[in-house]
Amino acid sequence: MEEMKRHDIAWCPGCGNFAILNTMKKVIDEMNLDGKNLVFVSGIGQAAKAPQYLDVHYFNGLHGRALPAAVGIKTANPALTVIVESGDGCMYGEGGNHFMHAIRRNTDITAIVHDNMVYGLTKGQASPTSMKGFKTPLQIDGVVLEPFNPLAVAVALNASFVARAFAGDAEKTKEIIKAAIGHRGFSVVDILQPCVTFNKLNTYQWFRENTYYLEYGYSPHDRASAFTRALESEKLPLGIFYQNSLPE
Amino acid sequence: MELDEYLMDISILITGQAGQGIQTVEKMLAGMLGAAGYNVFATKEYMSRVRGGANSTQIRISGERVRACTGRIDILLVLDEGSVNRISVRIKKDTLVIGEFSEGTAGKNERVGLTALAKEIGNPVFANVIASGIILSLLGIKREMPEEYLKKAFGRKGEEIVGQNIKALEKGYENGERILKSNSVPVVRPSGKQDKELFINGTEAVGLGAIAGGCNFVASYPMSPSTGVLTFLAGKQKEHGIIVEQAEDEISAVNMVLGAWYAGARGMVTTSGGGFALMEEGVSLAGMTETPIVIHLGQRPAPATGLPTRMEQADLNLALYAGHGEFPRIIFAPGKIEDAFSLTQKAFNLADKYQIPVFILTDQYFLDSYYNLPDFTGLKTENGKYITETGNVYKRYKFTETGISPRGIPGYGGGLVRVDSDEHDEDGFITEDMGIRKKMVEKRWKKLPLIEKEVLTPEYHGEADFENLVIGWGSTYHVIKEALDTMGDKKTGFLHFRQVYPLGSEIKKYLGRVKKAAVIENNYSGQFADLIKLETGYEAGKIGKYDGLPFYVEDVAEKLTRFFRGG
Repeated sequence: MEEMKRHDIAWCPGCGNFAILNTMKKVIDEMNLDGKNLVFVSGIGQAAKAPQYLDVHYFNGLHGRALPAAVGIKTANPALTVIVESGDGCMYGEGGNHFMHAIRRNTDITAIVHDNMVYGLTKGQASPTSMKGFKTPLQIDGVVLEPFNPLAVAVALNASFVARAFAGDAEKTKEIIKAAIGHRGFSVVDILQPCVTFNKLNTYQWFRENTYYLEYGYSPHDRASAFTRALESEKLPLGIFYQNSLPE
Repeated sequence: MELDEYLMDISILITGQAGQGIQTVEKMLAGMLGAAGYNVFATKEYMSRVRGGANSTQIRISGERVRACTGRIDILLVLDEGSVNRISVRIKKDTLVIGEFSEGTAGKNERVGLTALAKEIGNPVFANVIASGIILSLLGIKREMPEEYLKKAFGRKGEEIVGQNIKALEKGYENGERILKSNSVPVVRPSGKQDKELFINGTEAVGLGAIAGGCNFVASYPMSPSTGVLTFLAGKQKEHGIIVEQAEDEISAVNMVLGAWYAGARGMVTTSGGGFALMEEGVSLAGMTETPIVIHLGQRPAPATGLPTRMEQADLNLALYAGHGEFPRIIFAPGKIEDAFSLTQKAFNLADKYQIPVFILTDQYFLDSYYNLPDFTGLKTENGKYITETGNVYKRYKFTETGISPRGIPGYGGGLVRVDSDEHDEDGFITEDMGIRKKMVEKRWKKLPLIEKEVLTPEYHGEADFENLVIGWGSTYHVIKEALDTMGDKKTGFLHFRQVYPLGSEIKKYLGRVKKAAVIENNYSGQFADLIKLETGYEAGKIGKYDGLPFYVEDVAEKLTRFFRGG
């Protein structure tokens, strides 16, 4: 691809980011999103580099601060399609407060979170979504904190669109992202992805074995059941958990 | 000073608890005195609480322009006994003390049971109108004018309320007339030329300047004393098409505003020291991405929470050095209300033109002080257009002669607008090419000499052949000027900076021939004096104040006299 040639892509071979990038390109293509009116906003981290590799406008700001910048952009020019793309550390750690309030604000923005449950760019420390017991050079006895549950938090705050996807399933992930972008209001898509370098626990294989899709007939319009499903931890459900209004 | 001596002005201080309606009296009296033809100055100092404590408002009236606060009190109106103690050092033997206080208070005592009288009329809130009535009658103002004022102000609330207010006014006049039988109050002639003028404070001037500068986006987090600008713009948002957002924190606010500028808006944040400290990373982002931003920083005493509702000028260094890394910036510090308007308007244009952060540095005293002044129709308020329609091949960070790259916005033209907080190449892509890095640093700094070419020169007052020089910046302007006027010292000139960074070279002309110079500023370490030393090598004397209160005219006169006499 042209972009791939133009850039020395900064990701490790086999990284889940490649899959998400390719999926995003298909989304843009299939939804006929006009690159001239499409703005990607990202923070800092390996995932946050994704917009560099797309033919779009981008605002690659500060670690944790993608959401407020996106709110400013969308509010200043509502004709733009605004997509935030960043990692779990950026969105749920450094930017946690903005995550909560962006949900409350319900600006028409789609937030795509590359969630690999580890800090990649800073070389392997725990992230807010790291599982308990996950050992790192910093958490030498393993993570002792409860993992942050972005879906449960989002549903609790009555986010208007809440979904989880798995980077290893390009087709379904693409459909979920399309639904999120099509949704009018603030949409959160948490995309599970492996970090092949620093997370030896949550691998492609692990995700395949520990996730499943919400069953056919599941209604995403019931907030209480969405919350219940978001709390499931034995196996992680995938799909659209919650949508509090139909897309216009 | 004898009270019956002719005075250029009268200083009235109203003191009471928070929540007693001092602000109402301030507003009412200022409005009525203005209508009576006086020039009016009003300023307040207040505690960081909603009820109780001790707050005060000073109102000065004069036939001449009056724009500075004094320590002198001619008439002290006491709404609550407990509030007297704190200002007792300012009560002199000639101070006429009126209101609710215990016997034996300093000055000439005239006790009036304002609350009891108000209750007789039906509600303790009328104490404010009674108090206003007393002052107006002491000043010899005929009752018809304030009556009309009350009818206009309360007409919408029905005849009964208007009637009660007029009764309260009468009570005030009765007491004022009684007081006059045993006291004399100086005569101050009204000017009568100021009735068409504006009567606004620093907060409103910054807000109006923002509107004149095309501000259409403001995001902030409330923090005294800067919140007034946010509230002011919120009140004007529908009329002027301004998006106003109360962000979850200051970090969010500054990033929202940067996003808004990126997408074509003209935005600002308004904050105070602690909030601004949280915005520093955003300032650095503005520096790296060359995104314009206007920052109103209303100073208050710190470190940390400090004295939340009081004044200090100790955040100059914070503004000067805010943000990691190196990048140019502009810092304005208005001393006059009209300058707050002009400089804020200008800030939007310079931010846009140079793609840098521009600061408006004010403080609580400046923001909360009112005076009448000519309207702004004569001031230049042209806004430049600095956004480029992009071609299909667009480089956001194109290297140019001036260092300024044409700034495009998404959706306007065929190009892609890529901005990055990482070091980037001309296209806006992340780079670690050291050659490009070096060129980008130089590109950003190339703008500084251009900015320096349009530095606002400092304003000089005094004789051309001065020996000594007083230097001030920001809100101390009027206080220093009046102090020098009262001193009548022809050997001392006054140089005031409304742009504190870049400093410009004009100052060297003054310092090159001066015998002795002092910088007056509301801080301990002498931050502006240090900046002058850094930029010029000249080491000026430092006159500071850091008790949370502004300088009074008398303070400055006394300190300058001592300083220049070699004391």
